[in-house]
Amino acid sequence: MESIKDKVAIIGMGCTTFGELWDKSPEDMIVEAAYEAYEDAGIDPGDIQAAWVGTLRSGEAGVLLADPLKLSNIPITRVENWCSTGHEALRAAAYAVAAGAYDVVLALGFEKLKDTGFGGLGVGRGTHPVYQARQTAPGYFSMLATRYFHHYGLSGEEGKRILAKISVKNHHNGAMHPKAHLRREVTEEQVMNAPIISWPLGLFDCCGVTDGAAAAIVCRADLAKNFRADPVYIKGIGASADAMLPMQRPGFDYLSVRATVESGKQAFEQAGIKNPRKELSLASVHDCFTITEMIIYEDLGFSPRGKAPEDVRAGTFTLEGELPINTDGGLKSFGHPIGATGLRTTYEIYKQLQGKCGPRQLKNVTRGLAHTLGGSPQVSNVLIFGNEPERKLHTVDKPTKIT
Amino acid sequence: MAGLRSFGAYIPTLRMPRDMIAKAWGRGSLGGERSVANYDEDTLTMAVEAATDCLRGIPREEVDGVFFASTTPSYKEKQSAALIAMALDLPKTVRTADFGHSLRAGTSALLAAMDAVKAGALTNVLVVASDSRMGYPKTDLEQLFGDAAAAVLVSANDGAVRIDGAVSLADEILDVWRTDTDTYVKSWEDRFAVTYGYTQSMVGAARTLLKQSKQDPKAITRAALYSPDSRSVQGVARELGLDPKTQLHPTLIDVVGNSGAAHALLVLVDALQETKPGARILAASYGDGSDAFLLTATDGIASVQKRVRGVKDSLAVKRTMPTYERYLAFRGIAELQPEPPLRIAAFAGATVEYRDRLSWISMRGSRCRKCGTHHFPIQRVCYTCRSKDDYETVRLSDKSATIFNYTLDNLAGGMDPPVIETVLESEVGACRIYCQMTDGDPKEVKIGQPVEFTFRRMHEAAGFHNYFWKCRPQREGGK
Repeated sequence: MESIKDKVAIIGMGCTTFGELWDKSPEDMIVEAAYEAYEDAGIDPGDIQAAWVGTLRSGEAGVLLADPLKLSNIPITRVENWCSTGHEALRAAAYAVAAGAYDVVLALGFEKLKDTGFGGLGVGRGTHPVYQARQTAPGYFSMLATRYFHHYGLSGEEGKRILAKISVKNHHNGAMHPKAHLRREVTEEQVMNAPIISWPLGLFDCCGVTDGAAAAIVCRADLAKNFRADPVYIKGIGASADAMLPMQRPGFDYLSVRATVESGKQAFEQAGIKNPRKELSLASVHDCFTITEMIIYEDLGFSPRGKAPEDVRAGTFTLEGELPINTDGGLKSFGHPIGATGLRTTYEIYKQLQGKCGPRQLKNVTRGLAHTLGGSPQVSNVLIFGNEPERKLHTVDKPTKIT
Repeated sequence: MAGLRSFGAYIPTLRMPRDMIAKAWGRGSLGGERSVANYDEDTLTMAVEAATDCLRGIPREEVDGVFFASTTPSYKEKQSAALIAMALDLPKTVRTADFGHSLRAGTSALLAAMDAVKAGALTNVLVVASDSRMGYPKTDLEQLFGDAAAAVLVSANDGAVRIDGAVSLADEILDVWRTDTDTYVKSWEDRFAVTYGYTQSMVGAARTLLKQSKQDPKAITRAALYSPDSRSVQGVARELGLDPKTQLHPTLIDVVGNSGAAHALLVLVDALQETKPGARILAASYGDGSDAFLLTATDGIASVQKRVRGVKDSLAVKRTMPTYERYLAFRGIAELQPEPPLRIAAFAGATVEYRDRLSWISMRGSRCRKCGTHHFPIQRVCYTCRSKDDYETVRLSDKSATIFNYTLDNLAGGMDPPVIETVLESEVGACRIYCQMTDGDPKEVKIGQPVEFTFRRMHEAAGFHNYFWKCRPQREGGK
């Protein structure tokens, strides 16, 4: 096994405005995300040699891209891995380029969740007629909170107050992003007093249900500078799918999500990161619910076990803190169109590494992490990016195929 | 020779004060309260409950017959008894049959079981009667009816009760009925029905039986008689030469209601729960005639009384219906806005049920033979050691469990939010089980709480009743 570090770069990205986009079709969103990425990379659609499209349930097959983008006669594959879907599209694209099969490829993720006629993501998860009859996403993730509070001796009130701070932070960041879905500040009291969705999680502990699309143009690292002065290099990719269904793995303690730990370990090792809290400039993590973000702090080694609440109280993960997390508002505020999310988290890291984030821009950004987590929770991807290659890349005068 | 080796009963947790119904319609109340099947209960699930109670401490492999009786089965075409047998995890060779169409169906099933046992064809026949009838909204019958189930295990030896004799009498009369398209029970004028139907048949059958058995009515310890309402039975008792004050067992109308085809057996089980060895019991059912039985409690009755919950422990666990309107919704009388379809409905189908019924219906998990890890549902590859196809199956439905984790989900919809989702650890190998809790108070759910399992109706995907197991707070009684 070989690290993917510095073999692949992102040379362009696009992201639609996220929200309840009742006036936009999936095709509209795909066109907008792809064309922003083309323009950002300075390429022509004809330069794309292969493409991957990620969606949970907004369509099937590679024609999802072929039709709206008129990409003809190139390989296009639909990928899906629950909430990690967008990252899976990017991962497939990155490895195909790293393998030398293609020079320039497209990874695009999208989701149309607001054409159902009801709010939320629907009830009854899983693929069996009765085993998870009325399971919902908040219903499952809230169990992480139930056990976390119980294990560390937090009352419902104390626990909820810590989680509220995470919500307040993400709304604060998202309010500054012109493309975010829920662009407003919330107060701790508002979060505390919001209607309970699934005890102990309230409305403001849960991310939005959102339409949107995001895309990346992935290119051989040694060609990247031919396209732009500030490409972003992939330093590591970790992925893990854990066996938990029917979700009752014997002894599972709900305090840690193994898939996050494992995918983090793989990515850190490839990127050569020993102390993530110190070495990362920022991270975009999968805050589908506030409790999810808190457990990720511990699973990715940003906080010691059981100490995440202390870090939250200390403001460690705010824009001004030691390790800013979800600087674009995260899923909570930016929104969560499932297939797009992995590429949206990447979009923020990419823009921060290029210094293009306006009022949210951090100083001295060199390393960023993007994480997604899917399921109950079982499927996780961690990608690490940097804005400088750590080894001399072989360069060529002219890209092989690009005209 | 036939006797009852065991008996059991189930009354739903929900009770509706009759004043609540009366108030909704601005009319008089019959007083007391009636039981109401929860939104996820029906005659089949209640039958599984009563049968489970009856089979406490009895090896399930010894049961070779299941006779189910109801005038309100959840399927018009499809046997309930076979599904009940599967939910009870009984042997494949069990003989199953459904009885119906009459309030006498419960005792018809009992008579058939007695005959089968006497003939030596079967050894232990579970007779379970369950009903959930509806009177037209606003009527007396709506107040009068209650939902319940009762079960007896008929055996060749008299484990607890000896059946000394039985007499049947058939009678054609239209007093209460439902045609093939009726939802609600129709009835002729009450005094005609009680005088010419109920009283005449009951007295006729019981009197014949007492005469045949040379039984002095005064020597009857307990008369456990079906009664359509709280009063009519007293006239029957007097005509038979019984003292209503000392010999007549309470009708249960004021606390349960009239539970139709289950009611005669329900009153009998209630009487048996407080009967001493040697007691003589007269029992009788009514419906298109009457079946009367003479029984004697034997020394074995005390151990059954200790083992089962029966009517008494069932009655003790109760939650008052929050509103009458909720009852209308539970029974589908008030049509509610349809929910978005459950996502899992896309995966529903008869073939899935067929393949998975050992876990789905019989609630068997698997135990890895290599490392001992338990799984539910059955897993071919072990979570712990990955050994493949090396397991034995274990029934979990009759084992207790504790709550390891839970949430109260307001987003999950359903008839009675919040949905209480739990992750349990079974007393069997700490096997993890993910399921909903029913009949519980959301405010009282906590980690470590002991629970037991109950078979319930989940949804109607693919056009049939999808039954599955839920948990509920552990109850008192029953071993």
